[in-house]
Amino acid sequence: MEAQSSRRITVTVNGEEIEYDVEARRLLVHFLRDDLDLTGTHVGCDTGNCGACTVIYNGVLAKSCMLLAIQADGASIETVEGLSSDGELTALQQAFSDHHALQCGYCTPGMLMSATALLRVHPSPTDEQIRKAIQGNICRCTGYVNIVEAIKAASK
Amino acid sequence: MTETETASRPLVVAPGETKPGFAGTSIPRKEDKRLVQGEGVFFDDVKRHGMGYVHFVRSPYAHAKITSIDVSKALELGGVYGTLTGDEVAILTDPFFELSVKPGADIKDYALAVGRVRHVGEPVAAVVASSRELARDAAELVEVDYEPLPVLTTGEEALKNEVILHDEAGSNVVWQGLFDWGDYEGAVAEADHVVKIERLHFDRFSSTPLECSGVLVEYNRGTGQWTMHGNHQMPGIGAIWMAPALRTGIDKLRFVSQDIGGAFGNKICLHPQYVACCLLARKLNRPVQWTEWRTDQHTANAHGNERTFLDIEVPVKADGTMLGLSVRALDDCGAFPRYEPLGCIIWAQVTPGCYRWRNIRVDFTQVCTNKSPVSPNRGYSRMQHLWLTERVIDLVAQELELDPVEVRKRNYVRADEMPYETPNGCVYDSGDYARALDIALELIGYDELEARRSDVESRGKLLGFGIGSTLDSGTNNFGQSTLLNPELQFSGNNEVATVKLDIFGEIVVTLGTVPQGQGHETTASQVVADILGCTPDDVTVRAGHDTYWNSHAGFSGTYASQFAVTGLGAVKGATDKLAGEIKRVAAAVLGATPDDVELAEGTARLKAAPEAAIPFMGIGAIVNANNAILPEDVRDVTLNCRHVYVPPFQLPDKERKFGNLTLTYAMQVHTCLIEIDPETGVYEIVDYAAVDDCGTRIHPQIVEGQVHGATAQALGAATHEIFAYDEEGNLLTPNFYDYHVPHALDMPPLKTGYLESTSPFTPLGAKGMGEGGGAGIHAVCAALQDALKSRGQPTVWRSCNPFHQVWEYLRDPSRTVEVTKP
Repeated sequence: MEAQSSRRITVTVNGEEIEYDVEARRLLVHFLRDDLDLTGTHVGCDTGNCGACTVIYNGVLAKSCMLLAIQADGASIETVEGLSSDGELTALQQAFSDHHALQCGYCTPGMLMSATALLRVHPSPTDEQIRKAIQGNICRCTGYVNIVEAIKAASK
Repeated sequence: MTETETASRPLVVAPGETKPGFAGTSIPRKEDKRLVQGEGVFFDDVKRHGMGYVHFVRSPYAHAKITSIDVSKALELGGVYGTLTGDEVAILTDPFFELSVKPGADIKDYALAVGRVRHVGEPVAAVVASSRELARDAAELVEVDYEPLPVLTTGEEALKNEVILHDEAGSNVVWQGLFDWGDYEGAVAEADHVVKIERLHFDRFSSTPLECSGVLVEYNRGTGQWTMHGNHQMPGIGAIWMAPALRTGIDKLRFVSQDIGGAFGNKICLHPQYVACCLLARKLNRPVQWTEWRTDQHTANAHGNERTFLDIEVPVKADGTMLGLSVRALDDCGAFPRYEPLGCIIWAQVTPGCYRWRNIRVDFTQVCTNKSPVSPNRGYSRMQHLWLTERVIDLVAQELELDPVEVRKRNYVRADEMPYETPNGCVYDSGDYARALDIALELIGYDELEARRSDVESRGKLLGFGIGSTLDSGTNNFGQSTLLNPELQFSGNNEVATVKLDIFGEIVVTLGTVPQGQGHETTASQVVADILGCTPDDVTVRAGHDTYWNSHAGFSGTYASQFAVTGLGAVKGATDKLAGEIKRVAAAVLGATPDDVELAEGTARLKAAPEAAIPFMGIGAIVNANNAILPEDVRDVTLNCRHVYVPPFQLPDKERKFGNLTLTYAMQVHTCLIEIDPETGVYEIVDYAAVDDCGTRIHPQIVEGQVHGATAQALGAATHEIFAYDEEGNLLTPNFYDYHVPHALDMPPLKTGYLESTSPFTPLGAKGMGEGGGAGIHAVCAALQDALKSRGQPTVWRSCNPFHQVWEYLRDPSRTVEVTKP
């Protein structure tokens, strides 16, 4: 079988520009996790349904398991690791803790990215808007009750 | 107060502030800061230099003979490190220990299929390569020849033994036994009616944790030890299975986990995959890593038990007093028993449900089929049985035209009867079931039910109201296993914690439990802080589990609703010991007796003269680094205290199948309202309330979170989640694309309430909880039954009722219930 083809890409991840040789078929989520060691972005399915791998990609939400790393050439990506700075939690992260919006924490990074994107567009979302915004993120622990509460608390 | 109120911001303790009584308050969770920043460490985040990625070659057939396996093409691929086949496994390992008596005892279960596959997705071979992608490619190059065999997809078919899955066993039956308590014939003779229900079926589903299973295995050739960074949730039992199979000692198996992305029982039976990875790490002399794919998790890891109830008979008085219950239960455990047949006895923890039934006969049989093996799943085995008891209550109420609320209240075990011994010797520790029901009715606005029904009907829809009342039995007495197999040497239970005071005054706790989101670091710190007179912020609880901490025992793990009892019991015991040691040291230094000393504000001080105080740092420093100043009689102090909590259990009576099988009984009542569109069968849960009573709540917010989560899982199982198979044994719902779990928009408005009936049997008055979601499955079934009563009263006979099933009820309202005279 032929050797794997690879290609050099340039991406900006959490504000830092990175050049990297990636295998042509490397998924973006595995590039983030395995190559860049940004393990906060998780994998929960193989069909694009669970949302644990959600990142903000050129300003919009994307499931990083549904993109190839080479597609991200030139893109700007935000992951959960980029949310807080100097260990200071964002209002949303703090609200997740205050309202017990996480149990095992596995869906949490994806959930936070979806909520972050929502609050940028709708700083004061309705319950319905919040639920729609996280409809692509599965949580098996919380029943979403406290997640909705936390996002509401972090809104203006 | 009837409704749980969550504070707008939980209690925050300022640094240095001492506030006694942390237990019972919702302090910030210690786990959260790392998890909201993506800084948790889950097994798949752990990497090692040169590690290989494992991909399993899996069976496309539900039942087939393996005629040949050829791995040569895979091995030729650059970057492939090696392979493993069932033939090698059969030489290198022994079959896993089986818990059952014959015929189940004769089943041979290995890490990979040996000679035959018995379910779609069963691992047949494994390939290891330098990347995930390459390992997957190489797995495609492994050539396996199969000769397909006839397939069994239902328990009833399996029972005929026309096709045998395990030739060594000679039967598809794993375990069979009769449970007969009280005087069933006497109950029939006393009854005014006997209500007969032909068949009820509890469907197959599982909690499907968002993080799939997996492990990174390192093998140390010099010492023969395997280190497994994984997410096994019950390493004690895992090691008992793995070590004999690998022909090694239990000390050679080190389990390590930090954060686990949910487990719900589904990560208890990982020993086959873990053994395959151990063999590969040794064979290839490199670390190997296996991360399960979602489709594999659904297809071939851990389903919940599927159970069919046949020939149900209920002798009952005209006023609705239940005298007895007789049933044939047929449990389908899939291709291999693994943790089974424990499910054949676990249900007996809740034999009469919440009710005062005294005469119960259960003829229980468990069989293998060509479906995924099962494992414990949140509410394990009790959920199925409690669903039966609740279905029975509502069907009897319907047939006798009685009010389901009144029938429940007439038959519930009463608060003044607690502690209550059930017909099979279990002891319900405390509770007020009727009061819990009243709270649940109030929360849902039961008084306005008929007005609401008229309103809904005026819109052309059907309104249904349903109740589910269940028990969450916690802290197993493993002696119940001897009621299945008298030769088993298991009984009681145990859990471990260590608490130490280190040289600079650090208080460090290690747990034997293997948390998966239940907040053990937080609740343990509350208990420690209250005893030591410091704050939870002063207490470091090590995250996760590590066999090398020597802080575990045979039954360590997080399962069976028990942490608040066993885990915190161990923490309390260890901390009490440490407090005693600190007082002895302080007394020696201050020239007093230990009784003169109190622990407060992070110091040991004289009660009578609080200014005479030694900070914990001083105590830690003296014992660890300056102990020559101590008198001889306190030099045994280590400030490193280990406690094994052992609950007060006796051996059950094997002859009568009688005894106390579990220590605590949390109780749940769920109520719901649904609206059905009678044209299509589409329905919506429009109102929902969940009341939980788990005794003393150490951290109310965490308790309520468990109630929310368990309820969501129940509603998924009641409405959509089902592992459906076609006739050839193919799973039709193999991933989240087809297997629909609740999303945010699927969840109804959820109200919660609580009671606190303190347990008289536990160190903190708390009861284990978290598995009480089964009430929701029944609440939905009961609401469907209620809504459909004007449409021919079809029997809601299954646990999972998707819209198309409701449409079937509407189209063909078959009734399988009849009332007879005894």
